[in-house]
Amino acid sequence: MEINNRPLSVVKAGEKVRLVYVDAGHGLRGRLMALGLVPGTILTIINNDQPGPFVISVKNTKVMLGRGMANKIIVSNIAVKNE
Amino acid sequence: MENKIIVAIAGNPNSGKTSIFNMLTGARQHVANYPGVTVEKKEGFGKYKGCEITFVDLPGTYSLTAYSVEELVARNFIIDERPDVVVDIVDASNIERNLYLATQLIEMNAPLVLAFNMSDIAEQKGLTFDIEQLSKLLGTTIVQTVGNKAKGKEQLLEAIIKTAEQGREKRVHKIHYGTEIEDELAGIEEAVEEGEKELTAKYPARWVAVKLLEQDSEVTSKIKNNSVIEAVAKSIEHLKNIFRDEPEIVIADRRYGFISGACQETIKSTVELRHSTSDLVDSVVINRILGLPIFLLLMFLTFFLTFKLGKFPMLALEFLFEKLSITVAGFFPQGSESWLKSLLVDGVISGVGGVVVFLPNILLLFLAIAFLEDTGYMARAAFVMDRLMHKIGLHGKSFIPMLIGFGCSVPAIMATRILENRRNRLTTILVLPLFSCGARLTIYALFIPAFFPEKWQGPVLWLIYLIGIALAVICVKLLRLTVFKGETTPFVMELPPYRVPTFKSIAIHMWQRGWLFLKKAGTIILIISIILWAAMSFPKPDQKSLEDAGTERAQQLKLETSIIGRVGKAIEPAIKPLGFDWKIGTALIGATAAKEVFVSQLSIIYSVGESEKSRHTLREKLQANYTPLTAFCVMLFCLISTPCIATTIITKQETGSWFWALFQFAALTIMAYVITLIVYQLGSLFF
Repeated sequence: MEINNRPLSVVKAGEKVRLVYVDAGHGLRGRLMALGLVPGTILTIINNDQPGPFVISVKNTKVMLGRGMANKIIVSNIAVKNE
Repeated sequence: MENKIIVAIAGNPNSGKTSIFNMLTGARQHVANYPGVTVEKKEGFGKYKGCEITFVDLPGTYSLTAYSVEELVARNFIIDERPDVVVDIVDASNIERNLYLATQLIEMNAPLVLAFNMSDIAEQKGLTFDIEQLSKLLGTTIVQTVGNKAKGKEQLLEAIIKTAEQGREKRVHKIHYGTEIEDELAGIEEAVEEGEKELTAKYPARWVAVKLLEQDSEVTSKIKNNSVIEAVAKSIEHLKNIFRDEPEIVIADRRYGFISGACQETIKSTVELRHSTSDLVDSVVINRILGLPIFLLLMFLTFFLTFKLGKFPMLALEFLFEKLSITVAGFFPQGSESWLKSLLVDGVISGVGGVVVFLPNILLLFLAIAFLEDTGYMARAAFVMDRLMHKIGLHGKSFIPMLIGFGCSVPAIMATRILENRRNRLTTILVLPLFSCGARLTIYALFIPAFFPEKWQGPVLWLIYLIGIALAVICVKLLRLTVFKGETTPFVMELPPYRVPTFKSIAIHMWQRGWLFLKKAGTIILIISIILWAAMSFPKPDQKSLEDAGTERAQQLKLETSIIGRVGKAIEPAIKPLGFDWKIGTALIGATAAKEVFVSQLSIIYSVGESEKSRHTLREKLQANYTPLTAFCVMLFCLISTPCIATTIITKQETGSWFWALFQFAALTIMAYVITLIVYQLGSLFF
């Protein structure tokens, strides 16, 4: 089955995806991890209608992201296990 | 039993940390700055069972990395100051993410107490906790609290005292990161204990080891021993090969795993979570179509509240100061020319009064900001504006101080505290004065009707405001390209659920800021007022000429012979290319203190009184002496140059350095000069 890795920014509202990795530097990654975005975590997209905010739910928290940020977060379908 | 202990309060932003802090300290708090950084240090005091407790409210953080100033300040406080207890405020309705910070505190061997705050909301959500079991698994005492209702205070204090008595243990409960990582950690720990004895005297060796594997920049920079450096590099390579990822990611993942494991056993949810009220409100508030109008409406209300409502207390304060003036003047014999009287009345009272009069505005402003923040709306506002601000190179939240700047720069600069990123904050503070403030409006209101026909009056006013905004945008871009080079901070922010704020917490918020403002700005402004007063009053013209002149001519004479008057005359050649004469020059110098002074100075120079009717006369005199082009240039110059001394001082206070304050002053003045020069010279070719 295809892995289907894609940036978070293209995921539609209402969908759930799994975080694969974050394409960013140390500090930013650390900040995101502290907010719950660790590889393997499930993300629910709450809001993705341009030009509105990009809002996701992770570990029971709502987090807002800029588009640039959303582009750097790579996700995949939940059904696929990468073990 | 210790009679005096220090308790640090840590926790995520939005966890209700502030309300717990307020609950424990009441009104006995004060705000300062951590030395060397512009991070607020909040301290408060409490007493319990004969023990005096100093509470230090650490900055709200999601973790304790070296990535941001706030995190560094928080963790260095815990390590350097060795508080007797660290209380971690956890949002009980959102445990898993909140405990991430707790795991790091556990690793630092901090004597920890966890406060499961907002437990009323957790209950509403149907969550139940097996506190005893969870406490065992985490290895710390847990107390359930509802901060904004002051519930759990006794238990929390009890836990604090107990934990303080236990003291720090050498080997504390630790989080297991899995065999591979634990093996590497053991090796590094040993190397550190041997090779960096100085370090391990201060920091727990295991914590250092974990930080080194995470490639923490601050800890890594402290390692001097080569064998340690090599050992760490080897371990990281090894782990990278095994996990095909940086060790820090695996470590973070294991932390969550630990938390999740502990929670699964001890926390049960009995109610299925449906669309909460928060989500419903958000569907309207950050709605594509409605989001912006709602934001603008709320901003208008904030503005309105701050300046319109504040008008009454402001008038009351003005009235009070007037009365004070008269009373003090009354102590001196009628018609006395005593310099002391003048110093007190014209210098001190009018100078300090001019500042204290801001207080209602500042209090109301912070009331509004506290309300917006505590309800959770501020986060949404930041987002709605972010796109626009991003295009300029700023953060969405910058919009709020800018809007306030249209009323007055002083509270606007103070409002930049809502910006977390220092670069953003500095950039915003530097350009804020370009948003034309209320004081300048008095100047426009004088000149525009005098020089422009009715149908042009509105557009000219608009033009001035627009020029200010356009200049601000240009300056931000320039600053971003040069002094504050760098990527704009990536936008990532938690969206807290909406909450109903308590009046108490908002009131404390409001009062704290107001008091700080009074204290700091008041003292320096007092000194500057006295200096300016002296420059305006001395030297005095000789008695004979004074007696010969009428009252108004006498005023004029005094101004001409004073230092300010002389300086005004001296700089005339410099400002002639702008279309100004010494009279305008003198008024401008006085107006450095405050733009409102400009109009009154002009009135004195043209020896008209200060009443409404005489303003009319003043307009006539101005018309007779200047051209519309000069008038426009005067307004332009006033727009761009520093609004008032208070602005410079507040800039110093909020940026923490005189450099930026003076840079702002110099840059604005030079810009004002150059632009006015160009406009005047080009303009005189056509008009």
